[in-house]
Amino acid sequence: MSNDRKRALADAAGDKSLIEPLPVNLTVNDLTQSITVEPRMTLLDALRERLALTGTKKACDRGECGACTVHINGRRVLSCMTLAAMLEGKKIATIEGLEQNGILHELQSAFIEHDGFQCGFCTSGQIMSGVAMIEEAKAGWPSAATADVRRDFTLADLSRAEICERMSGNLCRCACYPNIVDAVVEAVARN
Amino acid sequence: MHPFGLSRTDDPGEAIAAHAHDSQLAFIAGGTDLLGLMKDGATLPERLLDINGLPNMERIEAMPGGGVRIGALARMSDVAGNTEVRQRFPVIAEALLFAASGQLRNMASIGGNIMQRTRCAYFRDEIGCRCNKRNWGSGCAAFHGFNRNHAIFGWSESCVATNPSDLAVALAAMDAIVIVQGKTGERLIPFTDFHRLPGDAPERDNVLDRGDLIVAIEVPANVEASASHYLKVRDRASYEFALVSTAAAVETDGRRIRLARLAMGGVAHKPWRLTAAETGLRGISLDDIDGLRSAIAASFTDARPLVHNAFKVELAKRVTLRALQTAGARA
Repeated sequence: MSNDRKRALADAAGDKSLIEPLPVNLTVNDLTQSITVEPRMTLLDALRERLALTGTKKACDRGECGACTVHINGRRVLSCMTLAAMLEGKKIATIEGLEQNGILHELQSAFIEHDGFQCGFCTSGQIMSGVAMIEEAKAGWPSAATADVRRDFTLADLSRAEICERMSGNLCRCACYPNIVDAVVEAVARN
Repeated sequence: MHPFGLSRTDDPGEAIAAHAHDSQLAFIAGGTDLLGLMKDGATLPERLLDINGLPNMERIEAMPGGGVRIGALARMSDVAGNTEVRQRFPVIAEALLFAASGQLRNMASIGGNIMQRTRCAYFRDEIGCRCNKRNWGSGCAAFHGFNRNHAIFGWSESCVATNPSDLAVALAAMDAIVIVQGKTGERLIPFTDFHRLPGDAPERDNVLDRGDLIVAIEVPANVEASASHYLKVRDRASYEFALVSTAAAVETDGRRIRLARLAMGGVAHKPWRLTAAETGLRGISLDDIDGLRSAIAASFTDARPLVHNAFKVELAKRVTLRALQTAGARA
């Protein structure tokens, strides 16, 4: 532990305002939740430790691996790099909310059909990322794999190379990438 | 993370005053760089002020005459997907899309993007290496250590770090303007003056002072912008910082270059404009590869590679040539 960090921690012990829990009201998988969190608590830790939603996984905790991907107001984000106390009024969606009335989301089914995982630790993040990524492509967003960003992008342009680029924020240490891409291709085809 | 206080404001004046009077306070918008720095112990603010509620700062506006004004709270993905940005300034859309990941681009703000700190592994080291940027006087571990990813231009013995922003390279090439609200009102900072070279004060990445709030970035219209391109070379195919990158834009008369804009990333503590090359390229045909090569080489006579990054000099020349050719194909 560095000296400056030790100093900050020592200072904090004498200043209760730094660790005093803050109230936050948010919607998680369509349920309203009112919780109190320390300012330093990430959305990832709040989901897992305060709301018992352990489908969202904690791996790198540094914004590098994508395992903690959830949606905030419909957009894919990293819950490990998001402070829970900053989410007043926001709508959060996690892997637990993806199935509807006992029926899996089409990307969840496609992951099973195409064997898109081995250990499964990255899978919730992969699926949450993939669901939102397809919406981004539908909205016409280009990517680094798009030859000419001046043209409008359509879902028909979503090639395997596009999918690989757009899913690059989700790492899989079992290297199931070809099957993950197959699953996404299948879900896009069903769209 | 260390313990810290958190509050929010929707009043720019209140944000500026709070930042001016509290040296231990940091603004937080997207948080993608700040929280990483805090988790690594590289910065330890005692208080964070959430500025996401500041009004109208997420807007992206097409300006009459062909420019764009990008609010500091606009998210990277919104700017990259914006039709006017894509069509008027493809180099800006591409620089954004070649950065980070889909998730991070949805979170990270434009103001935060140009404020992000170096990825030098010694600066980011959780246990705290010798780093003048973190602790002035402790030395530069990278200068004597493993410096493959570090600067070839403008470094000092106190710091050899590079600026990690891809967007900043494109904005430097486009001569964008950073609009800042501070204690004494509004200031317009030319983009190439926004970031600093390390000199003997490497802890300062840019020219902002306490109480300064970036409100927007304006990109003025220019004829070359529509024929522009951002080329980034990195150790992985995606989701990695640049080894070197080039933002290029070109206006041509037939195949002959009338005016070229070139800026590089991954080579210095700030986006590095290739002014000698820009001058030398005037009048050269895009088909005259030797002519293009020698004009570009003029910007590398003052390159000073470190022990492990001499490869960057040749790589940078080649990346610049290809970026220029791709931009030229769009003219």
